[in-house]
Amino acid sequence: MSSYLTIKNLTVRLKNGAPILRAVSLDVAAGQVHGLVGESGAGKSMIGKAVLGTLPRALQVTSGEIWLDGVDLLSLPASERRRRIGATAALIPQDPLTALNPSKRIGPQITRRLVDILGWRKQDAEARALDLLGEVHIPDPARVMRSYPHELSGGMRQRILIASAFAAEPKLIIADEPTTALDVTVQKQILRLIGEMQARHNTALLFVTHDLGVVSKVCDTLSVLYAGKVVEEARMQRFFMRPIHPYSAALLAATPTYTNPDSSLTPVPQTVTDAVEREVREHDLRAGA
Amino acid sequence: MRDARGDVKRPIGLRLWLSGGWLTLLVLSAVFAPLIAPKDPLMQDLFLGRMPPFWMEGSEPGYFLGTDSLGRDVLSRMLYGARLALIVALVAGTITCVIGATLGLIAGYYRGWPDRIISRFVDIWMAFPPVLFAILLIAVLGPGLMSIIIAIVVIDWTRFARVVRAEAMSQGAMDYVASAQVAGRTRFGTMLTEILPNVLPTIVALLTLEMGIAVIVEAILSFVNLSISTDSPTWGGMISEGRTSVHQAWWVLVFPLITLFLTVLSFSQLGEGLKDRFDPVLR
Amino acid sequence: MTFFRNILIRLLTTAVTLFGVAVIVFVVIRVVPGNPIAMMLPPGATEADIARLQAQYGFDKSIFQQFVIWLGGVLQGDFGTSISTRQPVAGLVLSRLPATLELSIVALVMAVIMGGTMALLGTRYRDTKTEGAVDVTAGMALSIPDFLWGLVLILLFGVLWPVFHISGRISPALNIDFTTNFYLFEALVRLRFDVLADLISHMFMPALALAIPLAAIIAQLLKQSLKETMHLDYVTLARTKGYGENHVITREALPNAILPTLTLVGVQFTFLIGGTVIIERLFSYEGLGNMAIDAVINRDLPLIQGIVILFALLFTLVNLVVDMLYVVLNPRLRHA
Repeated sequence: MSSYLTIKNLTVRLKNGAPILRAVSLDVAAGQVHGLVGESGAGKSMIGKAVLGTLPRALQVTSGEIWLDGVDLLSLPASERRRRIGATAALIPQDPLTALNPSKRIGPQITRRLVDILGWRKQDAEARALDLLGEVHIPDPARVMRSYPHELSGGMRQRILIASAFAAEPKLIIADEPTTALDVTVQKQILRLIGEMQARHNTALLFVTHDLGVVSKVCDTLSVLYAGKVVEEARMQRFFMRPIHPYSAALLAATPTYTNPDSSLTPVPQTVTDAVEREVREHDLRAGA
Repeated sequence: MRDARGDVKRPIGLRLWLSGGWLTLLVLSAVFAPLIAPKDPLMQDLFLGRMPPFWMEGSEPGYFLGTDSLGRDVLSRMLYGARLALIVALVAGTITCVIGATLGLIAGYYRGWPDRIISRFVDIWMAFPPVLFAILLIAVLGPGLMSIIIAIVVIDWTRFARVVRAEAMSQGAMDYVASAQVAGRTRFGTMLTEILPNVLPTIVALLTLEMGIAVIVEAILSFVNLSISTDSPTWGGMISEGRTSVHQAWWVLVFPLITLFLTVLSFSQLGEGLKDRFDPVLR
Repeated sequence: MTFFRNILIRLLTTAVTLFGVAVIVFVVIRVVPGNPIAMMLPPGATEADIARLQAQYGFDKSIFQQFVIWLGGVLQGDFGTSISTRQPVAGLVLSRLPATLELSIVALVMAVIMGGTMALLGTRYRDTKTEGAVDVTAGMALSIPDFLWGLVLILLFGVLWPVFHISGRISPALNIDFTTNFYLFEALVRLRFDVLADLISHMFMPALALAIPLAAIIAQLLKQSLKETMHLDYVTLARTKGYGENHVITREALPNAILPTLTLVGVQFTFLIGGTVIIERLFSYEGLGNMAIDAVINRDLPLIQGIVILFALLFTLVNLVVDMLYVVLNPRLRHA
């Protein structure tokens, strides 16, 4: 099975040397949805940012490889890497309210990159954008293309961002908590839409979320992150039936289900977090040695 | 602003020391001008007109920084000029500060109708362009030291009133003020003992900035001959004279200009430095 | 339609403000101690001479009557007669206005270019020594007023390295037969590049002196605003689309970062126009400001009145234009 995205031993540190990601490795294959779960601060968003080259300035990749569509991104010069990412990967951001430029119309925000980066003709790019807006079930796409972001609802904007992410037929899409900022009712529609689009375009999808419930609905495989370290990588069914790592099990127990909606109040036991902390320390010692 | 600085550290301490040092030097030379000035600042000697400063060819012993076209000693005139500059800075700055800060304090703490009246006034004032205001006032009051001071006060009180009002308002909303009131303090007493001390650092910083503004306003008005009589030494007057003879005797312009430059810079740096140091948000 | 209604309301309030300014100026000037008429006449003049002249200038009537007469004249474009030159104020003032307008606008353009460049550099190389240098330069430039910058420039480019003219608006030797007083504009239109070069050589230093403090403000505000914008999601998203840092700053962040800067620049531009008064004096530039100072020295009340009102008109117009620009640049307001 060929992988579109392969991360090998990726380590990201603060400028002062404190590790944020600890030798993270993972694979996302074509047409696969890979979930990336963990509590906030576990570093799951940083993996997506490292791949897309949008890490905050205070952070830097200190070692590892990021293979995207057969090329190691970290070995490329900066401008080349940027073009490569722009042409083969895309991001579905978390907050639809702030992810569209308020001073530009929707149309250009979808089409500009096709023209600027990929060298499409303007008419082709516009036709493509209209098609995509139709695909994400937006009524009257031609009117929406001429609208400004503030004229549209949050759900609409998230649909537009999804359409925009698929515009250049990327091999890989990174969805960074794409439903967290939305209403519960809209959340479901958006999740279904992302699944639908992913299946139709056969893209590899890296789905970053803190919500195991969401993962169970869309993902094929997943990685569990704690303190910047992957503690478990598994296929979906196996994970939900039999989580191997005690932290995964605790996380699973803390996820609300229909049969037991109050289980989110079950905290991850101290013994478990202590155990993982120990594991992380050992990792750091080994890395240091 | 804090994160804007990034890893570029600004030597706030050094800034305060340098500007404070220069201003102290200035105050001392103004106070002791009669003792340290080598010549009488008004003494003319037409045979010694436009003598260059001491390190240049053809300089006259005793006239360190040269003479102007009437043969008056540049250094002595600068020392005496510091007196007028500092008097204006002190008097105009203080009066402006007292009036503006009092009104701002009342408006910000008492709110209600005093605030409405004072704020209305501030708004009307702000709509009036300051330079025009100054021209108009000087035209009406006639040239002179008093006119300058009055003009500065009348134009700039709003600067204090606005800032102090906002500050007093935010302080007044805090719990410690309410508890002082509960403890039986009068409203006026609370204002003086609880609000004022907390607003004071801002007032001091503003006052320092205002003094710098007063110095420059005085210099500008002396420059256009609207300050006190033309033969008294003022920096602005010297600059005006130096401007006309800049090709023949650059030193008549350069020395007062450097002094004025450093003084204005020092006042503003001192004000900014104090603001940074006292501002609890920035600290 | 609301857009036009808003503009109409703004125009009305502008008119009210101007009326208020006129009233204040008029009243303040009439309570002036000392008799300006007496100063116009030679020392031996009789009481009758003074009375005759006062009647000629209307100073013998009550303030209210004077105001009504004056306002009636103003509405017909008659601002009275200058005491010192005995010419109509309107003509005098309008002949000087173009010089001041050209100077202010050139200064504004310089300030925007310098300040904008500094802000963009500071953002492009943020958290480096370059940004530190931008901060320090802007801080320095801001704490020194335009008057002192003007003097420093005179020393630098008038004396030490005399490349520019330090006084006047145009070389007297230059033979121009222009129809308007907008020399700069007319020289451009008529392609008289010799005149253009001469005008710029005169205007460069006063305009630069006026521009430096404003440039510093633009640099600080715009950089702050840009840096805040650079953290927003749509900027990050643009990066993932393959755009480089320069494109991201100028195309994605700049259009949104300009708005908060714009309003303040408008206010600061009125200060710049106010600054022309002293700067024109410093560089003996024949504009309104220079005339204003002469009028004050000569106690030429009708002329002062006319100049102050013209300045007030300029200021309110600038504010009006800024408000309209804000609406035009902000899609949220445009379609509201």
